[in-house]
Amino acid sequence: MRIEKHPILSFEKKNKLHFTFNGRDLVGYEGDTIAAALHDNDIMHYSNSLIKKRPRGFYCAIGNCGSCNMTVDGVLNVKTCITPLKDRMVVESELDEVTIHG
Amino acid sequence: MIKNTGIPSLEQIKSKFPDEVPVKPKAIIECYQEIPCNPCATSCPFDAITIGKDINQIPRIDFDKCTGCGSCVYSCPGLAIIIANVKNEEAVFRIPYEQLPLPEVGSIWHGVNRNGEVICKALIKSVLKNKNTDRTCIITVIVPKQFLYEFITIRCPE
Amino acid sequence: MVKRDLIIVGAGPAGLSAAKVALEAGLTVTIIERAAILGGQLTKQTHKFFGSKEEYAKTRGIDIASILIDELKNYEKRLEILKEATVVGMYKDYVLTIYQGNEYFKYQAKAIIIATGASEKVLAFENNDLPGIYGAGAVQTLMNLYGIVPGNEVVMVGSGNIGLIVSYQLIQAGVKVKALLEAASNIGGYLVHAAKLVRLGVPIYTKTSVKKAFGDKQLEKIETVKLDENWQYIEGTEEIINCDALCISVGLTPLHQLLSMAEVDMIYISELGGLIPKKTPDYETSMPRVYACGDVTGIEEASSAMVEGKIAGLMAARDLGHRHKKFNELEKQFKDQLQNLRQGPSGVKIRLGLQKAGEEL
Repeated sequence: MRIEKHPILSFEKKNKLHFTFNGRDLVGYEGDTIAAALHDNDIMHYSNSLIKKRPRGFYCAIGNCGSCNMTVDGVLNVKTCITPLKDRMVVESELDEVTIHG
Repeated sequence: MIKNTGIPSLEQIKSKFPDEVPVKPKAIIECYQEIPCNPCATSCPFDAITIGKDINQIPRIDFDKCTGCGSCVYSCPGLAIIIANVKNEEAVFRIPYEQLPLPEVGSIWHGVNRNGEVICKALIKSVLKNKNTDRTCIITVIVPKQFLYEFITIRCPE
Repeated sequence: MVKRDLIIVGAGPAGLSAAKVALEAGLTVTIIERAAILGGQLTKQTHKFFGSKEEYAKTRGIDIASILIDELKNYEKRLEILKEATVVGMYKDYVLTIYQGNEYFKYQAKAIIIATGASEKVLAFENNDLPGIYGAGAVQTLMNLYGIVPGNEVVMVGSGNIGLIVSYQLIQAGVKVKALLEAASNIGGYLVHAAKLVRLGVPIYTKTSVKKAFGDKQLEKIETVKLDENWQYIEGTEEIINCDALCISVGLTPLHQLLSMAEVDMIYISELGGLIPKKTPDYETSMPRVYACGDVTGIEEASSAMVEGKIAGLMAARDLGHRHKKFNELEKQFKDQLQNLRQGPSGVKIRLGLQKAGEEL
């Protein structure tokens, strides 16, 4: 969800960027990182943990934690939280979706 | 205790007011902790606020020098300063406000205490925002005078 | 291999300040920054800063970032900036390996300033990896840089300045902050920040932590628990809070990895957030002409990071033969500033940490 009014900051509407995530067509805006645009599209599941395959979401936003690594335009392990979104990017999460219980 | 609640006691609040109920507007500096910060002192055009060389000292105010101009209100990064005085049956405040929506002049909002509880009605007299206040609004608001030591901010009625 | 005079790793408050002073002294400078924009954590600090005029007090962090960036514009001919470039290796022969645009390449420097900053610590509790659980700084980035809110109802864990400030900023962004939890018995950050939150109606629960998170694929609710004097759970005090976002703000830890890789002498100081480089009063590490400044040398406020950066820049320039025209005056001014920022009760932990690290105060 985008902030529309803010007492300190102004967020101007920027140009739309079209991209795909796991084959789905999505829209982000100029200035977004890939991870921010995904979050705005209500996508919360960014990757899976390596061993137990538990879902991982947006965590550090500054390129440290690796929770948001994805394949972008065929390049593996891109840190999507510090990579600017570009028009027609093809973004894919790197592991099949899993479900956790409990 | 303010250290675990963030809420000062009535004694602490009163210690920041002039001894006599202020008839003229005066700055009430609610800084209860030594932190490295001195914009209130350096922004005062009347040298009414003193911190000194060690910027961790708690600001001291000379109420005789304070004109209630309000420069310190928007200069305080902690939004910890208000201007207050009592006129007839009313307490008049100027408070810093950084939330949306902003109140309309003439409207009645909730008056809120330091615990975040609604305590009274608050009449909005003016809403000031300019280059100096740097996106902090200075709102002049009137509440019944018995809330002089309780009122701290306003809240939008639903 | 590309050869350079001074390379600064990280363009946050420390790195940018270091660059300015080194450029002023006449040095040629390369800044390498991982993000697409300069300014580091300043770029999302919407609040007015504390400190004194010298550290831009009462100016909002976002505007301090612009000021620091603008100051560099006078020196464009001697300044190279690599953005979206991550330094992935640092070696004893002053070689840095850099990853940018899906390519690796090497730079070799005569001097290096490490200003990599810090990362957020995590907290151990059941299901702490559920999507919807964020570092508080990450939420601040999402909101204030990209204009996106993390959820509708948030609980904050940790009452240090970051936890308090981000809670306030969540409310400014229109998000409901349901509670702020603090494991200790006292509020950790500045009381003025806490007071701002409480008057907005946010309850602060001390001696309370999060025990468990619940949710199928993302966070739906948390269970809180009271803690005793030994920080142990008090059984029977559990309570459920529904929320779709949980922010973890339990401290920062220095991003020391490049220094460790180059086998610079390190020391673990818990008061300063973790592993830090040993350094001289001139901010030089055990490796000659390698300096460190800002949070990578121990967690403090951004105001201190800026001053530390200035000292590192000043010393790097001197050691490369460009002694600043006002060297003596500036050295005294910067060191006095730092002492002033640290000398109050809020600097107790920092002073203790620095003492343990064997530094003069």
